[in-house]
Amino acid sequence: MTTTETLPLKQETDIVTIRQRVRKAAEDARLGLVSQTKIVTAASEIARNGLIYGGGGQCLIERTQREGRAAVRLVIIDHGPGIANLEQAMTDGYTSGNGLGLGLSGARRLVDAFEIASQPGQGTSVEMWKWK
Amino acid sequence: MTAKIPILKMGDYLLISIQVDMHDQLALDLQEDLTEQIVRHSAKGVLIDISALEIVDSFIGRTLSHIASVARILDAKVIVVGMQPAVAITLVELGLSLDGIATALNVEKGMAWLQRNVNEGLRVEAERDDDRDAAAETGD
Repeated sequence: MTTTETLPLKQETDIVTIRQRVRKAAEDARLGLVSQTKIVTAASEIARNGLIYGGGGQCLIERTQREGRAAVRLVIIDHGPGIANLEQAMTDGYTSGNGLGLGLSGARRLVDAFEIASQPGQGTSVEMWKWK
Repeated sequence: MTAKIPILKMGDYLLISIQVDMHDQLALDLQEDLTEQIVRHSAKGVLIDISALEIVDSFIGRTLSHIASVARILDAKVIVVGMQPAVAITLVELGLSLDGIATALNVEKGMAWLQRNVNEGLRVEAERDDDRDAAAETGD
């Protein structure tokens, strides 16, 4: 069974709502507590990036299956300037703002599958999976 | 949206228990309020209980580090207590080590740490004063 919801990402408080809804999806998928915490933290990092650097967008939260295992899939999209050099952006410690540069690289370590796509001028899309 | 995280004063210490899922501005407001109250009350120690926090992401982690650094400059010790194990595991994997932040498992251990460290700081200061007095006496 798959359930899907799409949440707006327009202001800071939306990040809190996204965290809470991702937590709910991860609980419903019966992920362990550490896995729940990891996917919620990863969602928080990527949503903040999308808001600060991408000017906002939306977050799709899907509770689904992957190869027969219960899974949570997130797709966070923004319509900002995009990332010109993805490889550099994925490096620990690289930041274009005043953060720690852990957002993208750290989030990738917290999830089971991570895809990022970006075109300069067309925004960025990050897909993340965590499964049981 | 105007909600604030309460800061309680107890003797030389300030106590904070974060019971809500903090959005970023709330974390920044806490940093500012706390800095102001450290100065206003000449607080010697700050205990921050995060046992109710279900995640600590890089922003919250960075805010905690900033709070500890600013407090140090203002001559107050900070201890963060009660981090959930799943949060600790996630933080390390995220790449955040919370360098420079003292931590304890619970409020009781945190208070004991503060009392020990604050008292020690005061004793060192008193000894320094004694030395100075002694030097002054023999100086001339």
